[in-house]
Amino acid sequence: MNLFDQFLGHYNYWVVIFLMMTGFYAVIASDNLIKKIVGLNIFQTAVFILYISMGKIIGGTAPIVVTQTAEQAANPVVYSNPLPHVLILTAIVVGIATTALGLALVIRIKEAYGTIEEDEILAKDADA
Amino acid sequence: MMETFAFYPHLPVLQVVVPMLAAPLCYLLIKPRLAWLFATLVSWLTFAMAVLLLLQVSDGTLLQYNIGNWEPPWGIAYNVDRLNAFVLLIVSGIAAVVFPYAWHSVQKEIPAKQQTLFFTAMLLCLAGLLGMTITGDAFNVFVLLEISSLSSYTLISLGKDRRALTAAFQYLIMGTIGATFILIGIGLLYMLTGTLNMADLAARLVDVQSSRTMQAALAFIVVGIGLKMAMFPLHLWLPNAYAYAPSVASAFLAATATKVAVYVLLRFLLTIFGVAFVFEAMQVQYLFLPLAVTAMVFASVVAIFQQDVKRMLAYSSVAQLGYILLGIALVNVTGLTATLLHLFNHALMKGALFMALGAICLRVGVATVDSMAGLGKQMPWTMAAFVAGGLSLIGVPLTVGFISKWYLILATLERGWWPLTVAILVASLLAVIYIWRVVEAAYFKERPADAKPVKEAPLGMLIPTWLLVLANVYFGVQTDLTVGIAQAAATSLLGGAP
Repeated sequence: MNLFDQFLGHYNYWVVIFLMMTGFYAVIASDNLIKKIVGLNIFQTAVFILYISMGKIIGGTAPIVVTQTAEQAANPVVYSNPLPHVLILTAIVVGIATTALGLALVIRIKEAYGTIEEDEILAKDADA
Repeated sequence: MMETFAFYPHLPVLQVVVPMLAAPLCYLLIKPRLAWLFATLVSWLTFAMAVLLLLQVSDGTLLQYNIGNWEPPWGIAYNVDRLNAFVLLIVSGIAAVVFPYAWHSVQKEIPAKQQTLFFTAMLLCLAGLLGMTITGDAFNVFVLLEISSLSSYTLISLGKDRRALTAAFQYLIMGTIGATFILIGIGLLYMLTGTLNMADLAARLVDVQSSRTMQAALAFIVVGIGLKMAMFPLHLWLPNAYAYAPSVASAFLAATATKVAVYVLLRFLLTIFGVAFVFEAMQVQYLFLPLAVTAMVFASVVAIFQQDVKRMLAYSSVAQLGYILLGIALVNVTGLTATLLHLFNHALMKGALFMALGAICLRVGVATVDSMAGLGKQMPWTMAAFVAGGLSLIGVPLTVGFISKWYLILATLERGWWPLTVAILVASLLAVIYIWRVVEAAYFKERPADAKPVKEAPLGMLIPTWLLVLANVYFGVQTDLTVGIAQAAATSLLGGAP
């Protein structure tokens, strides 16, 4: 396998790694709490794509049973794996719940501190 | 006799389903007092179920429950062996004492209209923790982990101090990163094997031992669970979370949440990846050893300098997780026995200590070392409970703390690594110092003249606290049950004859 195949053949996974690192960087580096949540979302989305990619089979169709004639059976229908897609549906729901809770906390923090910048919050806590 | 009941074969799933269904019902009760009574009842019910499960598997049988009657590896199976029955007992046992204790503390610390929601979140958290422990499906672990995590973020954010909000937010960020890492790891394992059932995974991973995907999966899962169990240096969320959470939530989470994370780590390392891959091919123990020793010593030193006693105990928890990790890193049966014992024993002692602190928060308002001056005379029972819990934390003979440290020291000597023995003893001495600061304030200082007089805590809080204190002593003397189960579970985990 040459380098070209390595890159294009694993195109999805390069996207996953790029998104994952972008999100992770945003979570760590930004001071703004909303931006942190956005970063977290990008980070989680990367994992969604990882799972969706692993279920896909090139040339695969939707996983529905089809009746085949005898000569078609020599070339059986290939299905994509539905399980990773179902799994990640659960993870997407979890991600939404986490985002909702995180945003709710940000609202409460804004009410309590009057700011959502982490350095200002830390400064206010140090004063108190 | 028990087998005649129709529910009996369904115990494994009821263990999780009962608290999970009880949570929304609890919310519908609206009145806080009813919600509390209901939640307490449910916690006792789950405890009873955990005891019944442990009795069934204590002779080494393996219970398997196929949800919806779908055969594994296609369906989700719940597997109960001695190891997770033991952890189920810890979690539900702590719940069964913390829930009755909660009423007075919640009355004082949480606004009336949020009290029902608080009990609902506690039940959800309990359901998530029990589910993580009992499930035999790798993806199910992630889902239930998130159920327990999301409810614990809510519980922490209900603290009175506004810093509870930032602590909960910080935990949410770190916890979600941890959970997502676990998700990536499970995804990689699925890519390798095409299965999620733990037993099936273990069997299929044997063929792909040297693949880089498996190594990456191990790395993601260890770091992810490390975040959830507050493995040093990933513990940064823990001190704030425990310090600013409502007292009841601190007591419950400190005694159970990290324990379940340790269980999940053991399950992944020893059952799924297998001893040969984790400890011989990857040599994970040499990663764990320095982290464990640093946690034991460093976190204990930090604990000494804390003004807030809740924060002090939180750092002490990080140190105790160091002992637990050390037991795993020694890779021998005695070390793993010590780890399992310390899961149980640390839950008992931290539960008792945080519950005593909750009683002090109720009467005094804050739990700083200074605010506790002279409390020994005014709240004799509460302070006595704190001292007893503290002695157990230090590891004085006749308490449970001594038992687990004894086995840990034996394990280090078995390996011949005496510097670790010294480190354990030093860390225990550091524990003497931070517990002593509280004892000194409570018994040897006078109450400030302008301080308001303080009453003893109500019986509703004292009785559950003392139940745990007595458990600390009982299991420190009568060790057959705990050591027996821990030793048997450790032997079978490390692949010896059970």
